Amino acid sequence: MNKYAIIMERVVKRFEDVVALDGVSFKVARGELFGLLGPNGAGKTTTVNILCGLLKPTSGSAFVGGYNVQKESAKVKELIGVCPQETAICPYLTGAENVELFGNLYALDKNTLKARRDMLLGKMGLTQDARRRVEKYSGGMKRRLSLILALIHDPQIIFLDEPTVGMDPQSRRAVWDFMGELKKEGKTIFLTTHYIEEAEALCDRVGIIDHGRLIALDSPKELISKNEVENLEEVFIKFTGRKIREEL
Amino acid sequence: MRFQRVAALTNKEVKKTVREPAVLFMIFLFPVVFVLAFGASFGGLGATQPVYTVGVVNMDQANIANSTQAFMGALSDTKILSVQIYVDNQTAQNDLSQGKIQAVMIIPSAFSQSLVSYRAAPDDPSKWINATVSLYLDKGSVVATQAIPPIIQQVITAFTDKNQQPASTPISLQIASLIETKKVSAFEFMAPGMFTFASIFLIMMVAQSFTQDRENGMMKRIRTTPTTPTEFMTSQVLSYMLIALIQAIIVFAAVYLMGFKPNVEFSAYALAFTLVLIFSLSNVGFGLITATIAKTSGAATGLSFLFVLPQLFLGTFVGASLSSSAQIVSKFVPSYYVTDALTSLFLRGAAVTSPTILLDLAMVSVSCVAILAVGIILYAKYYKI
Repeated sequence: MNKYAIIMERVVKRFEDVVALDGVSFKVARGELFGLLGPNGAGKTTTVNILCGLLKPTSGSAFVGGYNVQKESAKVKELIGVCPQETAICPYLTGAENVELFGNLYALDKNTLKARRDMLLGKMGLTQDARRRVEKYSGGMKRRLSLILALIHDPQIIFLDEPTVGMDPQSRRAVWDFMGELKKEGKTIFLTTHYIEEAEALCDRVGIIDHGRLIALDSPKELISKNEVENLEEVFIKFTGRKIREEL
Repeated sequence: MRFQRVAALTNKEVKKTVREPAVLFMIFLFPVVFVLAFGASFGGLGATQPVYTVGVVNMDQANIANSTQAFMGALSDTKILSVQIYVDNQTAQNDLSQGKIQAVMIIPSAFSQSLVSYRAAPDDPSKWINATVSLYLDKGSVVATQAIPPIIQQVITAFTDKNQQPASTPISLQIASLIETKKVSAFEFMAPGMFTFASIFLIMMVAQSFTQDRENGMMKRIRTTPTTPTEFMTSQVLSYMLIALIQAIIVFAAVYLMGFKPNVEFSAYALAFTLVLIFSLSNVGFGLITATIAKTSGAATGLSFLFVLPQLFLGTFVGASLSSSAQIVSKFVPSYYVTDALTSLFLRGAAVTSPTILLDLAMVSVSCVAILAVGIILYAKYYKI
C-alpha cells in the first residue's frame, strides 16, 4: 500500500440510471504525475470527487495515502490539496485573504502561512494583485489563485481538475512549470485534462477515460508507440472513433 | 473542534456582509430606513382590540348596596372590558408590568358612599362625598392608553346616574400612569418591535450566502479541507449572531436618536441584546431551510419571504393592529415573543426575572434552537456540509 498514493478498485458510480463510472481501477505511485484524459462528461471529475471524499462510490473502493476514502476521510483530507474545476474562491475577499482563509482551514501556524502565502503568490505572479478583491481578477488570475488555495498547506497528494481551463498560454505555461517543480519535490499529482498537449508534456502516465470506462493506461510514449499513432488524440480516436474535443 | 477554522470562516462571512453593498444595505440600512419611514408615516395610528382586561382592586370595604359589584358588572357589560379582581395593588401592578392585563383600576374606599351621596342629592354638589378612581395603564400598548380611559369614564358617568348624563359627578377618574410619567409616543410603542424587525432579514442573507457558496463551488471546496461540519456550522451561526448584534446596536442607536430612551436598568438592555442574539438562531435556521428548498441564490431571495413576512407581520411592531385571530397565530412565530419581551422590558418596566419575561425567554430559546436544528438537519440531508 505504501508504494501507491492512490488506488481505485473496480469503482462504479451511478447517478440514478446514469453510469458515471463503470468499474474503474488504477493505481498511482507516490511522486507520480498521473493524468486522466477524456472529453467532458467522461467521468474525470466524478473520479476526483470520489478520491476527495466528496462522493460515495456505488460500489468498489478507493484509497488515498493508504487510507480508505470512505472510512478515513478526515485523514485523507489532511493529506490532499484539491483544485476543483470551477474556480471556487470568495469574490469579496482579496487574493491574500482567500489564501489565508484556506491556510487557516488547514490549521497552519501564522508564520508558515505567511511564508507559504508569499511564496505561492510570487510563483503564480499574483503578488502585485494580492490586496485586490478577487472579483476584479481576470479569469486566468482566478485560476492561478485557485491553484494556490490547493497548495497552501504543502499537501503530499494534489488533485488538479482541469487546472488550466480558460488560461492564456502564458499562464498555462507558468502552471505547467510549477507542476514540474511540485513533481521534483516528490508530490503526487493527479491531473484531469482534456488538453492533449498538457497530458503529453506533463504526465508520467495517462489514463484515457470515456463514458465512465478507463479504456487505456500507460505512459504517453508507450500509448503512442503501442498504438502506432502520432499523439494521444489519435490514441483516443483509435479507441473511440471520436476526437476528444468534439464533445466540448 | 479547531477555533482557528471557525474564526477563519466567521471572518469570511462577516467580511462578505460588510463588503457586499447589497447585503450591507439589506442588513443594516434597510431596517433603519424602513423603520424611520414607517414610524413617520403610521406611528400615530392606533388600533382596535376586542377585549381589554382590567384588573380591579376594590378598596371600598363598606360596599353599600353592593355598588362595587354592580360597577364591575357595568364595566363587563361594555363587552370591551373584561374585569379581573385582585386582592392587592402590588399583584395587579406585577401583572400589568408583564402585559398580562391592560389596566389596573383602584376603586377607592369612599366609592359606594360617594354614589349614595350623589343619588341622595344629584343637584347639590355641596352634599357629595368625592371619590377618585385611579387607573394605571399598560404603557406598552398604544391601544390601551388610548381606548381604555374614555370607556371607563363613560361607564362611571352612566353608572353614577342611570337616568341622565350628568355634567359632573362626585366620582372622578385619575389616570395614574399618564400623570406620573411622560406620555409615550406612538414611535416609542413601536421601538421594541424594530429590533426584531431588523434581525428578520438575516433569513434572506443566510439563504443567499449558502446558495451562492454552493453555486460557486466554495461549499464543495471547503468540504475537501479538514473542516468538520460542526466547525462549519458553528462559524455560520457565530457570524450571523455577530451581525445580529451589530444590527441591534445600529437599530438601537437609530431609535435612541429618534427619542426612544427607556429608563430601565442595564440588566434590561443586556437581556434585550441576548434575546436578539438568540432570535438570530431562528433566522439562521429559516435561512438554511430556504437554502435547502432554493436551487439558486435568486430563488433563495424570493423564497425567503415565506419566512420573513409571517415573522414580520405577526411578531414585530407591524403587528400592533393585528386582529384577534391573527394574534392567536402570532403565538407560533418566535419574533412575537422577542417583541413581547422587549415591550415588557422597555415600556412596561417589567423586571428581567418576572414570569412573563422568563416565559418569553424560554419560548424564544426553545423555538429558535428547534428551528436552527431543523434547518441544519434539512440542509445536511439534501446538501452535504
